[in-house]
Amino acid sequence: MLNYIWSGLVIISILCAALLGNTNELSTALLDSGASSIELLLKMAGIMCLWSGIMKIAEESGFTAVIAKFFSPLLRPLFPNLKKDSPAFRSITMNISANILGLGNAATPFGLKAMEQLHTLNNKNDTASNEMVIFVVMNTASLQLLPTTVATLRQSYGSIAPFEIIVPVWISSACALTAALTIACIFNQKKR
Amino acid sequence: MEFVMPVFAGIVVIFGLVKRVPVFDIFLKGAKEGMLLLYNIAPTIMGLVFAVDLLRSSGAINVICNFVEPAADFLGFPKEIVPMVLLRPVSGSGSTALLTSLYQDCGPDSFAGQVASVLAGSSETTFYAVAMYFGSIKVKKIRHTLVAALIADFTAAVMSIITVRFFT
Repeated sequence: MLNYIWSGLVIISILCAALLGNTNELSTALLDSGASSIELLLKMAGIMCLWSGIMKIAEESGFTAVIAKFFSPLLRPLFPNLKKDSPAFRSITMNISANILGLGNAATPFGLKAMEQLHTLNNKNDTASNEMVIFVVMNTASLQLLPTTVATLRQSYGSIAPFEIIVPVWISSACALTAALTIACIFNQKKR
Repeated sequence: MEFVMPVFAGIVVIFGLVKRVPVFDIFLKGAKEGMLLLYNIAPTIMGLVFAVDLLRSSGAINVICNFVEPAADFLGFPKEIVPMVLLRPVSGSGSTALLTSLYQDCGPDSFAGQVASVLAGSSETTFYAVAMYFGSIKVKKIRHTLVAALIADFTAAVMSIITVRFFT
């Protein structure tokens, strides 16, 4: 599916550039995007290494087990086939709790680890398991309790009440998450 | 809130010390694993950045917006935020750039400004997350992940208007 979306994006862009006469801009972007993605990766590299290291300490010292215990009643129903003390379930709880606290950067390494561990439990190598679908869908919805980035931006552009949007954000993200999980669960019921 | 991350890291380290694990050795082991993870997701990220850069520089995003605007108008969607709705699932930095320019043009406390704020706070970069997580383990058949995730984005877009009308 991603194959088609990605090629669609590229083809549409090139067609549009040709029709609108933006070919110069397109060529520049083509050359620059390599550089900008390496820049992004370098930025990520530092964060990934740091948080993977911290996560390893959390794992070996039993900190993740404590967090998992705290959040598992909430997450258990979504992953009925995972054992409560499995490494995959622990990574998932760490990822979700980091997301809720707004530690997006810290959440990513946990999430990638969780996918790796879910993959070892998966009996089909190239197909997503039910757990993977639920987990990735949760990560595409916003779980963050305090939308700090948005509030900071609002404030810097002169908003009188930067946090005024917080209740709408909660309701809106709760609805989005519920909708996505409902769809995911309904499709999960169907045979793989 | 800026302080949450260091506090979190600090708690983990102290917890490790209390449990008497070799904190620094383990940190090094984990950091190495982080490097490997990055190595696995690097191609995916480069591919996505490339596609999004093309989409913006070619003007394709504006063309798509022109198509969607009448429908948005019909649904009571402020037309200023249409580009953001479309770009949000693909690019985090791209949609943040649109958000700031919208704040500049309309002000953060205007209706469009508030809807855009709620939308930014209640959705994530869907394609990015899907491509990164599945790309890291080389799973190709992602089944209904994208459908469910895009429904979340759509719900967030609709709800951001309804909630702003209702609460502010």
